[in-house]
Amino acid sequence: MREITIGQYIPGNSVIHRLDPRTKILITFAFMVLLFVIDDFAGYAFPLIFILVASLLSRISIKYMVRGLRPLVIIILLTFVLNLFMIKGRVIYEIGPFSITYEGLYQGTFMVLRLVLLIVGTSLLTLTTSPITLTDGIESLLKPFSKVGVPAHELAMMMTIALRFIPTLMEETDKIMKAQMARGADFSSGNIVKRAQNMVPLLVPLFISAFRRADDLAMAMESRCYRGGENRTRMKTLKMTHEDIFAFVATGFLAAGCLASRFLW
Amino acid sequence: MPIIVKNLTHVYMPGTPFESVALRDVNWNVEDGEFWGLIGHTGSGKSTLIQHLNGLLKPTSGEVIIDGVNINERGVNLREIRQKVGLVFQYPEHQLFEETVEKDVAFGPKNLGLPEEEVTRRVREALELVGLKYDEIKDRSPFELSGGQMRRVAIAGVLAMKPKVLILDEPTVGLDPRGRDEILRQIVRLREKQNMTVILVSHSMEDIAKLVDKIAVMHKGRMVESGTPRQVFKNYKALASIGLDIPQVTHLMIKLKEKGKNVATDVLTVEEAEAEILRAARGKGHA
Amino acid sequence: MAAEILAEGVCYRYSQAPDMALKDVDLRIRKGEFVAIIGPNGSGKSTLAKLFNGLFVPTKGKVTVDGLDTRDRDNVWKIRQKAGMVFQNPDNQIVATVVEEDVAFGPENLGVPPEEIRRRVDEALEIVELKDFAQKPPHLLSGGQKQRVAIAGIIAMRPDYIIMDEPTAMLDPVGRKEVINTVKRLNREEGKTIVLITHFMEEAVEADRVIVMSEGYVIMEGSPREIFSKVDKLKAIGLDIPQVTELAHRLRGRGLTIRNDVLTIDEMVECLCPLL
Repeated sequence: MREITIGQYIPGNSVIHRLDPRTKILITFAFMVLLFVIDDFAGYAFPLIFILVASLLSRISIKYMVRGLRPLVIIILLTFVLNLFMIKGRVIYEIGPFSITYEGLYQGTFMVLRLVLLIVGTSLLTLTTSPITLTDGIESLLKPFSKVGVPAHELAMMMTIALRFIPTLMEETDKIMKAQMARGADFSSGNIVKRAQNMVPLLVPLFISAFRRADDLAMAMESRCYRGGENRTRMKTLKMTHEDIFAFVATGFLAAGCLASRFLW
Repeated sequence: MPIIVKNLTHVYMPGTPFESVALRDVNWNVEDGEFWGLIGHTGSGKSTLIQHLNGLLKPTSGEVIIDGVNINERGVNLREIRQKVGLVFQYPEHQLFEETVEKDVAFGPKNLGLPEEEVTRRVREALELVGLKYDEIKDRSPFELSGGQMRRVAIAGVLAMKPKVLILDEPTVGLDPRGRDEILRQIVRLREKQNMTVILVSHSMEDIAKLVDKIAVMHKGRMVESGTPRQVFKNYKALASIGLDIPQVTHLMIKLKEKGKNVATDVLTVEEAEAEILRAARGKGHA
Repeated sequence: MAAEILAEGVCYRYSQAPDMALKDVDLRIRKGEFVAIIGPNGSGKSTLAKLFNGLFVPTKGKVTVDGLDTRDRDNVWKIRQKAGMVFQNPDNQIVATVVEEDVAFGPENLGVPPEEIRRRVDEALEIVELKDFAQKPPHLLSGGQKQRVAIAGIIAMRPDYIIMDEPTAMLDPVGRKEVINTVKRLNREEGKTIVLITHFMEEAVEADRVIVMSEGYVIMEGSPREIFSKVDKLKAIGLDIPQVTELAHRLRGRGLTIRNDVLTIDEMVECLCPLL
């Protein structure tokens, strides 16, 4: 579990950490789109340099970010292998009915590079932005759409509560599991069906407790005058600074490079 | 079935930045049929210690020997150990999951692979041991019972395994005085009837003082005191320094003694204090 | 406008329950008081607490907070701002993932301007002595600390009354002391009116006034001394009495001349010294 670095936040106070979450979300989004604009290897130079600079500024080691790829190795390999064998063209090597083509090799490598950049780029967002700030950013970005029925505040509140209660529920799971093990339960052996059945003594109490907590929390929120997002103020208002402007300018250059690589070269 | 804890040390998440030592070199002998109170603050290591006694946690170093067997050796059947050493967690009612009381209490014995009739017999016996009437309660949903009843059903769920040692982690937390007294009374009765070894984890000295034969005090992962309540309370200054209170009446007698009054200080209950003060007062011609 | 919480002839029945959980309760909580409400489980004390800030509305009778009737839906937010509530389970009332953000939750809901929220949050954390924990995630705090965060969250709403529904029931003795010391300070230094619901007698002893509930009725009301001197009556409804109070009661029964309203060890020592 501790191997998974995607989605984990590493506290810090670097320029990248300090950026407005909205800036980071928008840039990450732009970054993802631009990756799909690029259509040859040379074009990758731009996002590669962009990531490199950003991660140097964030003071989070590249090694740490690359470690985030580990749980996704299978998907990356699969992408490579599928491209390798599925694409028709000049044959380089044959294994039985399968043939590896030059085009396949090119396309496979190309796709893997895109995927890796995609993962590393997005993980840079979550590594440098605390979940709560991220939520604030999403809420603020979605706010203009609340007029057309996007429940921006509600979504953000749901995310906040989920984040708040993940550790509590993990602890609870551990406790119930141990309590049932003390009564002879076994969570680790048997086939899939048996194992699923064995989860009942864990899941039922867990759900009951989650509902009880929800009930309590709703009452506590109500008595603290919570009544949805209307007329609500925030202690910390998001503010863009010159650093954010700089980040957007840098992203502008990235976009220019990527677009140029596709349409001009 | 004696329990011997030898040089037990437990480290959580060793080798990570979150590493923390929960137990340091704990030694403890629990003899057959003894009634122990285990006391200490949250985070003192009590919970970690008791989870070693049925193999839910493995020692980082040291040994837990139950009935002459080191339970962490290869080939030891932990399920068998968990049957012999019954552990009731805090808020045990939060582990209930079945539709009926009967099915829930039967969970443990069924896991032991016992035949149907034996399971039913044990369920009946366990429910009656905690003061619930089998025929009245067996078909009810555990979730429609009162808090105190739910807790007793959950305790019955452990008793139905017929453990030789019963460990209860704060069985009275969150109950009102009546519910608390009821549970404690059941535990005393249970011990007398089944001749079990009982380990009671508690925060309340006043509850423990009048019940147990021996007290062990945990502080920052170490066992800092162990002995009879009278022995342990003698060191009330040491207890106070780690923020543990002694019963009010014991404290009263100590204060009287400090004022130069001729009273015994080793009282544990209101009744004993009453007798001792009356004795002293009569000596002075009062009462 | 009267500065008090007033319950007049209040009855409350839960939906689908056959019986009233509260029966004809008349009570007055005056501004500045520290009132403890004690009673066994099911005596109606938690129900009463939830009527004080409009979470529940009386089935019969009425509750007013500073003259505002809780039955009037237009008053509900004003009442909840005036009468803050702290609940039993410390885990289930903290909303945010960072301590100071949670304290800010109430004022944010009230629409307080950002700089003012900042000021209130800092002040509230100062009062509950958790300033150093402002940036911590709540799940790493002890039970007593979490409960103090919850209290800070209420203080930041600037209520006059703080109603606490068994805030110490799930805490260990250290946490209990932390919370009770905070409560005492709130009453004595910050002038907050406190309604503390508890079944720990050593906490009720600290109050100015104790209200005893049983089976939905208010059965006794008075200073801690008056209440705890009625040892037999309290025992009969299943409540605890401080050990020394019980001892004094027993010794009196055996013919020793001791006051019947002893509450602390030191008072008992004083009473006994001339006799031994």
